[in-house]
Amino acid sequence: MWEVFIRSKAGLDHKHAGSLHAADAQMAMENARDVYTRRMEGVSIWVVESSHIHASDPDQASSMYDPANDKIYRHPTFYNLPDEVKYM
Amino acid sequence: MTVHSFQEHFDSLIDREIAIEPKDWMPDDYRKTLIRQISQHAHSEIIGMLPEGNWITRAPSLRRKAVLLAKVQDEAGHGLYLYSAAETLGVSRDELYNQLHTGKAKYSSIFNYPTLTWADMGAIGWLVDGAAIMNQVPLCRASYGPYARAMVRVCKEESFHQRQGFEIMLNLSNGTDVQKKMAQDAFNRWWWPSLMMFGPPDAESPNTVNSVRWRIKRLTNDELRQKFVDVTVEQAKILGLSVPDKDLKWNEERGHYDFGVINWDEFWNVVMGNGPCNKQRLETRKKAWEDGKWVRDAAMAHAAKRKERKAKAA
Ligand SMILES: [Fe+2]
Ligand SMILES: [Fe+2]
Ligand SMILES: [Fe+2]
Repeated sequence: MWEVFIRSKAGLDHKHAGSLHAADAQMAMENARDVYTRRMEGVSIWVVESSHIHASDPDQASSMYDPANDKIYRHPTFYNLPDEVKYM
Repeated sequence: MTVHSFQEHFDSLIDREIAIEPKDWMPDDYRKTLIRQISQHAHSEIIGMLPEGNWITRAPSLRRKAVLLAKVQDEAGHGLYLYSAAETLGVSRDELYNQLHTGKAKYSSIFNYPTLTWADMGAIGWLVDGAAIMNQVPLCRASYGPYARAMVRVCKEESFHQRQGFEIMLNLSNGTDVQKKMAQDAFNRWWWPSLMMFGPPDAESPNTVNSVRWRIKRLTNDELRQKFVDVTVEQAKILGLSVPDKDLKWNEERGHYDFGVINWDEFWNVVMGNGPCNKQRLETRKKAWEDGKWVRDAAMAHAAKRKERKAKAA
């Protein structure tokens, strides 16, 4: 099983498009072209064997992302500046 | 977390319209219902290629042939998107194929009707794909992420399917008397089976409550059927064809068309395997799978060889 990622146009990220079965990478690439880009959906394709993807555990989500939760000072809106300040 | 709190967490995701993803905990029934629904849909996409495949070599022009070929090719893709979505739930492709080939799994009963004339290509695109789209658009917001994403892709591709079918019907309806008759005949034969595509009436569809609760069905069978009747009757007027239902009447009070009683005996009979083409469809599918075995074997052998050659060169 292979995961297919497609860049829809130059300058954009590759995005997960779906999956398919194939005997090897070359065949996965050809199948991805045939199935996922029949309407010029992409300018570049990545195929990755599904077993090579390690996904985070959704049950750990709270502890995983909790450290970022209370750091609102990482956002520009945290800082109050006088209205007169321009271009910042 | 205890099972109880897992369930609570799941319920709250559903209530807040947050997508469920493959690694999330989900109740067994939810998983089972999804596998059944998604695989049934996948089977329908690939069996659905057969009635139309029947006309590819006999399409009346090169343009028509290219269009029909592209449509049937899309349906193969839809099957793949949906099988892949089902696989994220932990069932294998082989198992799903096996369920189809042994008759354990069902596919949409509409594909058990024969395609007798070229007008059937018009009627199928217009009515069958039209009904499928009606069913599928709400599923783009289904609760299971991989399913919803597959449906978005499917729906994007479906719209040309219906339009090319309507175009065929339009051409025939504006053609000679014989052509117009052919269009009306196809309409007559496909209208009622298309209404059956939405499934049994709500009152006899006990799973609907759970499915709506889980957001793997967003509208009930009867709601979707009514919507389909309302828009399709207007489209038939543009074609100048008459809907084969003597009880069809606009109901001012309801703001909907009333329509005649559906022959559910026929529906169940076809579901049980006694439709005009059930046997033929399944046999064709099984034969395609068996005849394709050497291709799959060759692909694996070729990949192994390629790997070996690469290893040697390195
Ligand atoms: Fe479909
Ligand atoms: Fe389709
Ligand atoms: Fe279609």
